[in-house]
Amino acid sequence: MHTIVSYLSAFLVGGLLCAVGQVLLDRTKLTAARILVLFVTLGVALTALGFYDKLVKFAGAGATIPLTGFGYSLAKGAFNDVDKYGLLGAFTGGIRATAAGVAAAVFFGYLASIVFKPKPKR
Amino acid sequence: MPEKKLGKQTVQLKKPPTITAAASIVGPKEGKGPLARYFDQILDDELWGEKSWEMAEIKMVRETLAKASEKAGMPVGNLDYILAGDLLNQCIAASFGLRESGVPLFGLFGACSTIGESMSLGAMLIDGGFAANVACITSSHFCSAERQFRFPLELGSQRPPTAQWTVTGSGCAILSESGTGPYITRVTTGRIVDMAIKDQNNMGAAMAPAAVDTIYAHFEDTGLPHDYYDMVVTGDLGRIGREIADDLLSSNGISIGNIFNDCGIMIFDTKQDVHAGGSGCGCSATVFAGFLYDGLKSGKLNRILLVPTGALLSPTSVQQGETIPCIAHALSIENNLVSS
Repeated sequence: MHTIVSYLSAFLVGGLLCAVGQVLLDRTKLTAARILVLFVTLGVALTALGFYDKLVKFAGAGATIPLTGFGYSLAKGAFNDVDKYGLLGAFTGGIRATAAGVAAAVFFGYLASIVFKPKPKR
Repeated sequence: MPEKKLGKQTVQLKKPPTITAAASIVGPKEGKGPLARYFDQILDDELWGEKSWEMAEIKMVRETLAKASEKAGMPVGNLDYILAGDLLNQCIAASFGLRESGVPLFGLFGACSTIGESMSLGAMLIDGGFAANVACITSSHFCSAERQFRFPLELGSQRPPTAQWTVTGSGCAILSESGTGPYITRVTTGRIVDMAIKDQNNMGAAMAPAAVDTIYAHFEDTGLPHDYYDMVVTGDLGRIGREIADDLLSSNGISIGNIFNDCGIMIFDTKQDVHAGGSGCGCSATVFAGFLYDGLKSGKLNRILLVPTGALLSPTSVQQGETIPCIAHALSIENNLVSS
């Protein structure tokens, strides 16, 4: 029973975040790149203010996988490193915490570009 | 006033050149559209055996010229000039596609209006006695245009409903001093009209005022009745741009509603998910070289006013938030010459 509830909350929150992005794409003139930056920055801000932690506790991957979750990891990393290394940690922590994600994105992106060829939309 | 000039923007050709042949090659999507049977060749895939979409577009230019010269029964070497252009940076489709032609070349950029610009200048070159045979050719390719103007297809980004679909295709018209028509009789050269639209995904709306400006100037300069033509056909306004143009025309007292059409609407079916319609240098070029030229040759159309439209933006100007200047060039193309 507990698993089903966590699936459901992950699906709802993750889906809702993506739906906000879709509405922004459809209803505003914001480009995809700007929405991406907006979401990451929003994730950082919400984490700094202490809201995003609660969302992660409630929805798990539903909150960490969307782009706002990347902002969450950046902010959490910065907090952790500040605790360990002082103010310098504000600059090192974000990258440290997200290094695996960034490296994986580059690696798998490269892999995909070797294996697949882009095609026109039908 | 110069003897061939009518009004501010129009010239009346004294020795109207004949369009001796026209040829077109289009991509697979255009080949599934309502005008499919009018094109000379439909490609099976957008790459056409090349390693990039740019190279495929270059090949289309080369092959379309070859086809047009074959249909005209005139070796490429007999051409005095080629007037060509496309949408890629530095017009590489035209200059790479024509580098083996050995014919003097004028490279042109008028965005999607380029076929109008090239046929206007080609007709004037012949009428002026500077050339006997001229080829006018333009091209565009959906995939290379997306990379040039929007996002590379690799990014898989979404397109808003007002966006138009760049036509994959190349169209060529061969103009000659002698022949039995269809003739290019008048040329109305557009001026830049900028109504402060910034959205490059709504170019039909941006271009509509430019099309109306040129059509209005054409009727003002020539004094022709508004029902003179069998068809007044704009380049690539699309559905949204055409509605705006319709309104602007009637508010300017020009009633051509029933003969007004648009290549961007004609080339695709609404079911083809192209949003507002087709666009690109290849749009009016292939619709003219295919459907319209066929209509003129078969006598279904006797007098048309072809008005290719162009949005003169660049990716840099869009990123810097500039508005979109637009232009439209009009050509009278007629089967019969009225002695004046």
